[in-house]
Amino acid sequence: MSRILVTGVSSFWGGRLAQVLERDPSVEAIIGVSPDDPTLELERTEFVRVGTQHALLRRIVQAAEIDTVVDSRLCVDSIQASPREAHEINVIGTMNILAACGGAGGIPSPVRKVVFKSSAHYYGCERDDPAFFTEAMQRPHAPRTRLESDIVEAENAVRGFAERNKDVTVTVLRFANGLGPDLKTSHRALLSLPAIPCILGFDPRYQFVHEDDIVAVLEHAVGHDMPGVYNVAGDGVLVLSEIASLLGRPLAPILPPWGTGLATTALRVAGVRIPEEMARQLRYGRGLDNRRLKAAGAVLRYTTREAVTRFAEDLRVRSLRDDGSAPYRYEREVEEFLRYSPSVRRPSDQAPGDGSGS
Amino acid sequence: MSARKALPAPSEELRAYLPAIEPDRRVTDWGRSERIEGLMDRTLYDWLYHYWFRCDVEGIEHVPPTGGALLVSNHSGALPPDAAMILKAIKEEHARPRPVHMTVEHFFKGYPGFSMLVAKIGGVPAHPANVHRLLHDEEQLVLVFPEGRKGTEKLFKDRYKLRRFGRGGFVEAAMRAQAPIVPVAVVGAEEAMPIFAHVTALQRLTGLLYFPITPTFPHFGLGGFLGYLPAKFKIRFLEPIPTDQWGEEPWNDRGLIQTVADEIRGRIQDELIDMLAHRRSVWFG
Repeated sequence: MSRILVTGVSSFWGGRLAQVLERDPSVEAIIGVSPDDPTLELERTEFVRVGTQHALLRRIVQAAEIDTVVDSRLCVDSIQASPREAHEINVIGTMNILAACGGAGGIPSPVRKVVFKSSAHYYGCERDDPAFFTEAMQRPHAPRTRLESDIVEAENAVRGFAERNKDVTVTVLRFANGLGPDLKTSHRALLSLPAIPCILGFDPRYQFVHEDDIVAVLEHAVGHDMPGVYNVAGDGVLVLSEIASLLGRPLAPILPPWGTGLATTALRVAGVRIPEEMARQLRYGRGLDNRRLKAAGAVLRYTTREAVTRFAEDLRVRSLRDDGSAPYRYEREVEEFLRYSPSVRRPSDQAPGDGSGS
Repeated sequence: MSARKALPAPSEELRAYLPAIEPDRRVTDWGRSERIEGLMDRTLYDWLYHYWFRCDVEGIEHVPPTGGALLVSNHSGALPPDAAMILKAIKEEHARPRPVHMTVEHFFKGYPGFSMLVAKIGGVPAHPANVHRLLHDEEQLVLVFPEGRKGTEKLFKDRYKLRRFGRGGFVEAAMRAQAPIVPVAVVGAEEAMPIFAHVTALQRLTGLLYFPITPTFPHFGLGGFLGYLPAKFKIRFLEPIPTDQWGEEPWNDRGLIQTVADEIRGRIQDELIDMLAHRRSVWFG
């Protein structure tokens, strides 16, 4: 029996995780919070709109007696938010969420487990990186982009929280770049271009994790006790030229090796956005050692290569898919009617003892 | 390879969780490309090995046919031909040819062009974690040059005088991985591309590791970097040194690591002197 709070429920993986948890009868209550409307249809998840800083979260946690908090709200891609917003979300937001999870003023917190979705940007991309980062490794240099330093700061806050609250299981998941048909990231935008821009003279190593695996690993962390830090990345590391050939697109080495920053600024005018952390990845690449996660029992269904192949399949039919079904739109009144109105016939009313109400 | 960046070894059972090999892949997880390697082999290495350097190989049986092993060699030449020739020797002469990963300076990962090519032909950045994963987890052959750039930038007048063997990081890596060390002595590479002087100002300008004056560089342009003289190559693999003979966790003993590193350096130096004493001609051996 568990009562779960999911932050960032409007994000793709937050929404998908809530959908998966809804199907689990042992999950008693799911509360989704986010500053934005949910983007996926949710059945029994209660949605609560909160501010970006999540300042009032403690009251929700205490009132609903939440025992598991899944923090999936971290901004890991500069495409999602401006640097200032990202700082609010990543540093201030994390601080407040952790404060909400801890006990205060003599009242113990009901929270027993915190799952924190972090990013491999924690490690950065440097010339003298190891080929495969393990969880115990530190980044060799101080963070060079704002996004990276925000993520490092957020993780440090989580580590501090774990040290102060020994009785709470704290799981940190460092995800490699996600890839999938429904995941909107700057790498999706890059790989969807008719020719894939790269830096002249570099062929970086890349590792992706399929969108279904992101959700599956989050769910695994909710269902199992796995304290500590885990890298999440598909098996196998591909070089960019191999990714391009899997996608059937040519590589366009239009970025010069020197003065890359100037060139990305010029490209932004042309409509191609290459954020700073992506430019670093395009130069040095990154690989993660995912063996600790696999040893913890999590199953990754897609290798990096399979994730890219799936992405290529989607790329071919994307134009057909787009004008198909109407996208889901959240309407508060409709959702409340469906959940609470006595006029709505629920499956549990028709078949008592079905289990869904217990 | 810095000894200070020593890392805790992933526990034994994690070896079982290494990713499976995907047969359709053209490039390995390390960025190594069979296609590019084969192309280099057919066009360049084959010819250099058989006709230009006319390599003589001794003691190939000292390279173990299975399991991880660390090959340790002396290093020379502005664009060192010795690494490629050792790789080729194992490919040509060994009863069970195995791929060899050579550790290279981090510089190569950061320099355009090199960054693409060096990884494709089997170069791996010389990070202790990389060496450990290759030796211990993947049980591969790894070739290191403990002299590093101190070896390749030394001048012609200092030929065959081995430089300091780093801080012994390679010994520590082999101890942690419990892989044997195979010392290798190479004669000929010093004369194949002698360096007469360095131009510091041009080195700074180009951002290269060094800017040497060789018989063909820089006056024949970048192609001059490949202008090797046809010196006769002799490669001698020495008896392997097991690294599990010093009891539990020997890598905590800095003194022992230094002693072993010096011993290996001494053995290669003695072997070089012996080989040079028997050499009648630089060009004909």
